[in-house]
Amino acid sequence: MQAFAALLDALSFQPARNAKLRLIETYLREVPDPDRGWGLAALTGGLDFPAAKPALLRGFGEDRIGPELFHLSYDYVGDLAETLALIWETDCAAGPPPTLGEVVDTLQRASRSETPGILKRWLDALDATGRWALLKLLPGALRVGVSARLAKQAVANIGNKPVDAVEEIWHGLTPPYRPLFDWLLHDAPRPSSNAGGAFLPPMLANPIEQGELGALEPAHFRAEWKWDGIRVQVAASGGVKRLYSRAGEDISGAFPDIVEAIDFDGVLDGELLVRREETVAPFNDLQQRLNRKAVTLRMLADHPAHVRLYDVLRLDGEDLRALPFDQRRARLEAWMALKPRQRFDLSPLVTFRDWAHLAELREGTTGDGIEGLMLKRADSAYLAGRPKGPWLKWKRDPMLVDCVLMYAQRGHGKRSSFYSDFTFGCWREVERRRELAPVGKAYFGFTDEELRWLDKWVRDHTTNRFGPVREVLPDLVLEIAFDGIARSTRHKSGVAMRFPRINRIRTDKPAAEADTVDNLLKLAARAAIDPS
Amino acid sequence: MATDSLNPRSWLYPTPRGLYCEPGGFYVDPAVAVDRAVITHGHGDHARPGHRAALATPETLAIMRARFEGMPDTAQQSLKYSETVRLGEVEVRLAPAGHILGSAQAVLTWRGQRIVVSGDFKRRPDPTCPPFEPVPCDVFITEATFALPVFHHPSDAGEIGKLLRSITTFPERTHLVGVYALGKCQRVIRLLRAAGYDKRIWLHGALVSLCRLYQEHGIDLGDVAPASEAILETFRGAIVLCPPGAIADRWSRRFAEPISAVCSGWMGVRARARQRGAELPLVISDHADWPELSQTLKDVGAPKVWVTHGREEALVFHARSLGIEAEALHLGGRDEEDG
Repeated sequence: MQAFAALLDALSFQPARNAKLRLIETYLREVPDPDRGWGLAALTGGLDFPAAKPALLRGFGEDRIGPELFHLSYDYVGDLAETLALIWETDCAAGPPPTLGEVVDTLQRASRSETPGILKRWLDALDATGRWALLKLLPGALRVGVSARLAKQAVANIGNKPVDAVEEIWHGLTPPYRPLFDWLLHDAPRPSSNAGGAFLPPMLANPIEQGELGALEPAHFRAEWKWDGIRVQVAASGGVKRLYSRAGEDISGAFPDIVEAIDFDGVLDGELLVRREETVAPFNDLQQRLNRKAVTLRMLADHPAHVRLYDVLRLDGEDLRALPFDQRRARLEAWMALKPRQRFDLSPLVTFRDWAHLAELREGTTGDGIEGLMLKRADSAYLAGRPKGPWLKWKRDPMLVDCVLMYAQRGHGKRSSFYSDFTFGCWREVERRRELAPVGKAYFGFTDEELRWLDKWVRDHTTNRFGPVREVLPDLVLEIAFDGIARSTRHKSGVAMRFPRINRIRTDKPAAEADTVDNLLKLAARAAIDPS
Repeated sequence: MATDSLNPRSWLYPTPRGLYCEPGGFYVDPAVAVDRAVITHGHGDHARPGHRAALATPETLAIMRARFEGMPDTAQQSLKYSETVRLGEVEVRLAPAGHILGSAQAVLTWRGQRIVVSGDFKRRPDPTCPPFEPVPCDVFITEATFALPVFHHPSDAGEIGKLLRSITTFPERTHLVGVYALGKCQRVIRLLRAAGYDKRIWLHGALVSLCRLYQEHGIDLGDVAPASEAILETFRGAIVLCPPGAIADRWSRRFAEPISAVCSGWMGVRARARQRGAELPLVISDHADWPELSQTLKDVGAPKVWVTHGREEALVFHARSLGIEAEALHLGGRDEEDG
């Protein structure tokens, strides 16, 4: 348990991806089976303790040090699990701390009434970091900034294998994954991937700009809309039905409406959308349904999910990935024509004469449902990863607004001495006075040289400091590019931008001439009523 | 020892300039320049320049001279631990506080009543200064920087182990370690040496002169050198100590992919560590944690406790639950960033 606690502790403070990988790899190499496997299961979200819920901890703190001191402590720390971990004192008489395997094994079997006593015994035996890690394990989601994909990347790295080789077999494995480690570290045979509903690593596209198209032969390519949802894989075999994100995360639990509609055996590639009648809802609506463990009936009714299909990888046990795109597409169309299907439709091919014609079609789309175009070589096999050449994405030109820099925050890792996270605002009128309202935050889009310039500007124009954040003179206009905009009640300004970044530094423009919040609301309203 | 009829607040009380001892005619750690001051230790929020006369341990006076350009206009009276002197009608003794080099508690006795102004203190061993001496007294004045049950500082060796382990995991990255220039810096160096780290330790320019002062007082820091004297490549996998503020400063850009470690008692609370931008928070504190504060109240056995800077509310509550008459003493000018 201590090694795992030390890992979580280090990960929770480490913002850089490569450093996180190094920490996880070191853990997986050094910790013996089965604990490393349990650690991996915790990082990939593969553990669930039905009887050990955080609500059980209520009362632990007050019982321990009395209500007055407990509430002063909790107020100061602000997090219940952390407060408990800190106020609890290690009791030497409690014996050796449990191993991670022991914790997992015991909690999976313990009843609701036994669990508090077991937890108290462990809290006595562990140190503060161990207690914190134990309490973080209970809800199932660790929140230390590690995705399942990143953890799988680390596993693949310790055996010098590509991450997709791990992804392909992942869903056939169960914790503590001994065959996986035997394969990666001890030359044992690769575990088989024929479990039901297995994920197949998806094929990804490289971005292209209009100017680069001239070098390509239009007749070699097929075009389709790039829908503004999330890329998913629908996988069903041997009676197991699953919906995966493109990173291989199993998101079936959040989308029972999709899973229920699966009545076939195959693996399909498509875009997950919220669709109301014929209209694709803004991305924001889809976001409401993501990252939920359970979905309410009302959410299912108001935000119906839908998969718009792009491609087919397997059908009735037959692997189609080696076939050229045109043949896979024909198979997909023929299969869709067999019968009408709830919750699935086909993303249409966009026919075009030449690049100029396609550019015209692309210009014609304005709504929130479409993010741009995909270009796929007619002869392209379905290859895992992001091969150079066969698939290209040609995104719609971003929307642009002029905003005023309001706050800057220091970055992390390489950027820790730079003010590199920028909060910007637009003008609005409140009681006849013009004031800036923050509308978004961006931390990329600029070159290294521009970052140095911005950093200096922030340091020279600071008017106030709040910890790592500086408030600056509202005097610098930034041109912000973004891919979509929707009304949002969660944001103070009433709008949420999708993928905002700093497009240009507008030292030429006076701050008073920056955009207004009203303008943004109009953009959002237009996006909502005018989906393509 | 106690004279029940004597109200301690009649002869030692807070004023806007600081804690004033009337029959002695001096202030303890005043916030502004005064005629006569007794200084517990050299940190800037306790030792200020410009006093006409100052009494302190020889080490504290040396630190003050180093910081205040020799202090030529201050009449300096040095008092070694365990020596006693009379100021006005009051007997003054300086007892070790275990906080930093030269740190002391001011033990004041008047008409048979004894008040101990403990300044800042800690109870765990520190290789750079003698340990805190519990002095039985009628009134104990205590700090409360870490006076919440959430503060249980872990073992120093364990925290130093984290730093050394990080260097093994990231051997190509410079480890920038944020330390307060006086006390924390030198203690961390000694702890590293005790853990067997014998490589050169690099210093930010702001730390050099106080390290030299510690060395002159017989504290062996091993191989230390100013970071400005080396070329960039030298810093791969090296430890560079700097003031915490320098990590966010442009100064840190000279290092390749630095990892920022911060040593402070505040690092025990995650939100505080994140605010500081620490990638490697190390809980190494020169102040007493909650169990040490609680133990100290028992050790000195004072029936009255006055609580100064920090989280007074919790400590006052706790002291009262131990049957001690406790109250908060509001003193201005204390800075708690040097945890």
